[in-house]
Amino acid sequence: MPERTVTIASRTGLHARPAKLFVQAAQAQGVPVRIRVGDGRPALATSMLAVLALGAVQGTEVTLTADDGPGAEAALDSLAALLARDLDAEEASGA
Amino acid sequence: MPETGTSPAAGVAEAVVTGAQGTRTAGTQRAPATGTLRGLGVSPGRAAGRVCRMAGPPRLPDPLPVADAAREAALAVRALEEVAADLAARAGRTSDAEAGAILEAQSFMAADSGLRETVEENVAAGMDAGHAVDAACDHHRRALLEAGGYFAERAADLDDIRNRAVAAVLGLPVPGIPDPGHPFVLVAEDLAPADTVNLDPATVLALVTEKGGPTSHTAILARSRGLPAVVACRGALEIGEGIWVSVDGTAGEVGTGLGEQDAEEILRRAADERSRLAASAGPGRTADGHGVELLLNIGSAADLGAGVDAEGVGLFRTEFLFLGRKDAPGFEEQVAAYEAVLRAVPGGKVVVRTLDAGTDKPLPFLELPEEPNPALGVRGLRVGRVRQDVLDVQLDAIAEAARASGVRPWVMAPMVTTVGEAADFAARARARGITRVGAMIEVPAAALRAGHLLRELDFLSIGTNDLSQYAFAADRQHGELADLLDPWQAGLLRLVAECARAGRAAGKPVGVCGEAAADPLLATVLTGLGVTSLSMSAPSLAPVRERLARTSLARCEANARIALDADDPAVAREAVAEETAAEHAA
Repeated sequence: MPERTVTIASRTGLHARPAKLFVQAAQAQGVPVRIRVGDGRPALATSMLAVLALGAVQGTEVTLTADDGPGAEAALDSLAALLARDLDAEEASGA
Repeated sequence: MPETGTSPAAGVAEAVVTGAQGTRTAGTQRAPATGTLRGLGVSPGRAAGRVCRMAGPPRLPDPLPVADAAREAALAVRALEEVAADLAARAGRTSDAEAGAILEAQSFMAADSGLRETVEENVAAGMDAGHAVDAACDHHRRALLEAGGYFAERAADLDDIRNRAVAAVLGLPVPGIPDPGHPFVLVAEDLAPADTVNLDPATVLALVTEKGGPTSHTAILARSRGLPAVVACRGALEIGEGIWVSVDGTAGEVGTGLGEQDAEEILRRAADERSRLAASAGPGRTADGHGVELLLNIGSAADLGAGVDAEGVGLFRTEFLFLGRKDAPGFEEQVAAYEAVLRAVPGGKVVVRTLDAGTDKPLPFLELPEEPNPALGVRGLRVGRVRQDVLDVQLDAIAEAARASGVRPWVMAPMVTTVGEAADFAARARARGITRVGAMIEVPAAALRAGHLLRELDFLSIGTNDLSQYAFAADRQHGELADLLDPWQAGLLRLVAECARAGRAAGKPVGVCGEAAADPLLATVLTGLGVTSLSMSAPSLAPVRERLARTSLARCEANARIALDADDPAVAREAVAEETAAEHAA
């Protein structure tokens, strides 16, 4: 199963705006993506509540997974890239 | 207090309600027509206006047998969609960008695919729409609470979604802030964060809640918005809709039996008072020039904002870095956060409190076992008994931030209980080059040994919220016991007096950084007891400064004697208010 491990870069963690941007991006993918912390239970990346319940803060390593299939690798790449950006800083600078 | 209880309406029975004793001389079914309700004043200032009550959370009837599961699921899902749409519409209407963002996030949560899935599962398991929504919200709420930290704070958003969606299913009015089309005094059982983001200070004149305590969300919000507020006000919900009331957020009183003209007069005087406060500036001092440092309580450099006129930071809570973390924040991250605060404070006085966590404020990476009584368990400095490394790294980081910024911080540990603990903490801090080492006084045993603690330490800072909780054996979160946590309780003030006496004897500073410091009248008492600094949230500062500036040290000392002698906090407050007003008038 393809997966990516990435460190949360946003100052507030996967919370507030960064969480929302991530969930919206996950909803826009053609394939279902799951996210987990360490060996924890994978959560649906399209559910804000499930993502918040991960309790992932800045510096937490999370793992994204998707079932094998067309588009899976690309979906994981784009979501991992999003998490690796400090989305709070982008908000602060008006981006 | 001429506004309250002095406009007797002919033929109407006087009703006197005192929150402290919970006794009433009026029937419980009808609102008092003329009288005073008493609660805890948690945000200073006065206001008057017509009462508007917030619709309470809808009550679920007994579960119904479900005949048509598909119809039931559709009903539940439609309710969530309505809530999401309503919250989004409110987000669009507000002019406050921050409030808008919060509402938008909440709307997003109501539309959550995971929430919808759980609701559908619940219906499939045989629940009716209302119970399915209720149970689904509860399920996700728990998951957020387990995540801890600021994720857990979102649990209240889910409560609000639950109340709105259940009301939608049952066809009941939407709970939340009313919109009567005129300014009003908001009366509620208690307020959730989501209720309050839309609070418009131009419309809401004051807050009165039946529940809540001095550290409740309502109290914190009211202070940050500068709204007068009275919490734990028994009988508040019995005041009729549209009744004119006066609210005194300093004394903790809600007066009924006034008319529109009385209300206008009160509002006019409150406006005068505000402009007088706005004019106050400079260091804290009594009318005769006795200095009392006025400091701020903050959680991070962000709280310092721009142009706060304080003499420094009396309480820098460092927990924000740690909350909700799966791993402890690293040395460098901590150095950066502490350095930002040290550099941001003009004049450089910053009191840093080391990590105040424990089983009551759990941090996953500490891996503390669950305790039956967390408030009495491993918390504050006691965490060092199991994870000394976490506290040592923090001290390393504070020392490094001090070196990097050239500012010498004051560093104190929370929950210090014995002289041995103080000596150990001081040794660890001094070994790292930290020169000003102190302790929070939250445990009565520590207060009673203040003199001995000061042989090891350079200063003390009294956390009145926890000191009350431990001295009065009353949980801070327990609304029914809020009267025991009144900072005017003589038992609490005796402990403060003991610390201040020890400080004077040793020639070392003893401050207060609990909510008590934010009450202008109580600030005169604390000053009279010999407290050398008062630390509070930013909006409380001007009223405290202004009150001290009008009061002599001799009056402060006399106020301290009155408060120490009083058997009832309300009596103490009233007597001190009268005597202080008399000095101001003279």
